[in-house]
Amino acid sequence: MSEELLAEPGWLSEEVKTGTTIIAVTFDGGVVLGSDSRVSAGESVVNRVMNKLSPLHDKIYCALSGSAADAQTIAEIVNYQLDVHSIEVEDDPLVCSAATLVKNISYKYKEELSAHLIVAGWDRKEGGQVYATLSGLLTKQPFAIGGSGSFYINGFVDAEFRKNMTKKETQEFVVNALALAMGRDGSSGGVAYVVTIDKDGTEEKCILGNELPKFFDQ
Amino acid sequence: MSSIGTGYDLSASTFSPDGRVFQVEYAMKAVENSSTAIGIRCKDGVVFGVEKLVLSKLYEAGSNKRIFNIDRHVGMAVAGLLADARSLSEVAREEASNFRSNYGHDIPLKHLSERVAMYVHAYTLYSAVRPFGCSFILGSYDEDDGPQLYMVDPSGISYGYWGCAIGKAKQAAKTEIEKLQMKEMTCRELVKEVAKIIYIVHDEVKDKTFELELSWVGEVTKGRHELVPKDIKEEAEKYAKESLEEEDDSDEDNM
Repeated sequence: MSEELLAEPGWLSEEVKTGTTIIAVTFDGGVVLGSDSRVSAGESVVNRVMNKLSPLHDKIYCALSGSAADAQTIAEIVNYQLDVHSIEVEDDPLVCSAATLVKNISYKYKEELSAHLIVAGWDRKEGGQVYATLSGLLTKQPFAIGGSGSFYINGFVDAEFRKNMTKKETQEFVVNALALAMGRDGSSGGVAYVVTIDKDGTEEKCILGNELPKFFDQ
Repeated sequence: MSSIGTGYDLSASTFSPDGRVFQVEYAMKAVENSSTAIGIRCKDGVVFGVEKLVLSKLYEAGSNKRIFNIDRHVGMAVAGLLADARSLSEVAREEASNFRSNYGHDIPLKHLSERVAMYVHAYTLYSAVRPFGCSFILGSYDEDDGPQLYMVDPSGISYGYWGCAIGKAKQAAKTEIEKLQMKEMTCRELVKEVAKIIYIVHDEVKDKTFELELSWVGEVTKGRHELVPKDIKEEAEKYAKESLEEEDDSDEDNM
């Protein structure tokens, strides 16, 4: 009895983590990013509608996972650095520049930080690209998944991904992946945010919980 | 001789009453005393040619190079005080290397030339240092942006060009360059023309022997800046010498 009275709610003591499922996928002509919206501190959900897809530039976004504060701060710093960079070179920045900037911070402070950002976007030289920057690594990939929820969908994405899907097929693929992960991972849930980037611009969409595809969970 | 500053020319931190900074102008004179360097941009690349005067027979062939590699894809041809130029090539190399380290790709040439020009300009502001006594031409080739050519002078300005010349015979060289239809030429054709221009502007009477330094960067080198291969260089020099003889012959006929 006395232990229960002394126990604090998680949000007083636990680090705020974006439990998370994040995913980014290239298609012929651009990229689609997707994320859930749950932010947890231990067992408590401190924010059920957080948008984890953060803009780094007009056509470059990153998906946040790990410690919420660390990930947000890295995204803000790189947003600023890309602003300065694009003014200096008088051109839109390349996706690999954004990814390298994220990687440089993640690697330099890898002992202090605990965040994994997936950088994805479109530039005129290489088109749609996705980069994973886990703990200071930098790899370009056709698609990338991250966060605690990603473990539940590794098989799904490996089996279902195809190169050069259409924009609509890719958006469906991303939403399906998110729905499956959010259904099984306790730290992922809420709504799904989807961002589509191609040469014509950036489109942000939010899919509410009851509109997500349903699988064998009737 | 040209006008003397008379008191307003002792340091770069002083303007003259007619709004000139004499130290910077004197630095440009140092460039005009040096032998000629030219850079020309064509359809698919950039070619550099330098008239390297050989001051002594004791020098090893190929020493005191005046064309530098700044990054894989960028070349730099210089005129003026060679030691100043070498120091600036190190500055350019560091800029290119830091850019690659921070942003993960090759530095765009416009950005590089602006950064180095900014550095050169900083040395025209203070009395404690002197301006750099060299001009240089930067060139690169990229699949997406094509060939690029920029020139930086001691005042710290950078300009983009299709063709430019620096050094003692720059006026004569510019006249020859303007005759070319460089936008339609390929690097292979241009190499011969560059060699010819250097041979034309070389003054046989005042200066003695010279070595021709030729380098290029373009589609033909897959975007890497390299010295022109020996066989192509020999062919170009042969073409240059033959063209000169033809012109001499045609002069005789007119008598």
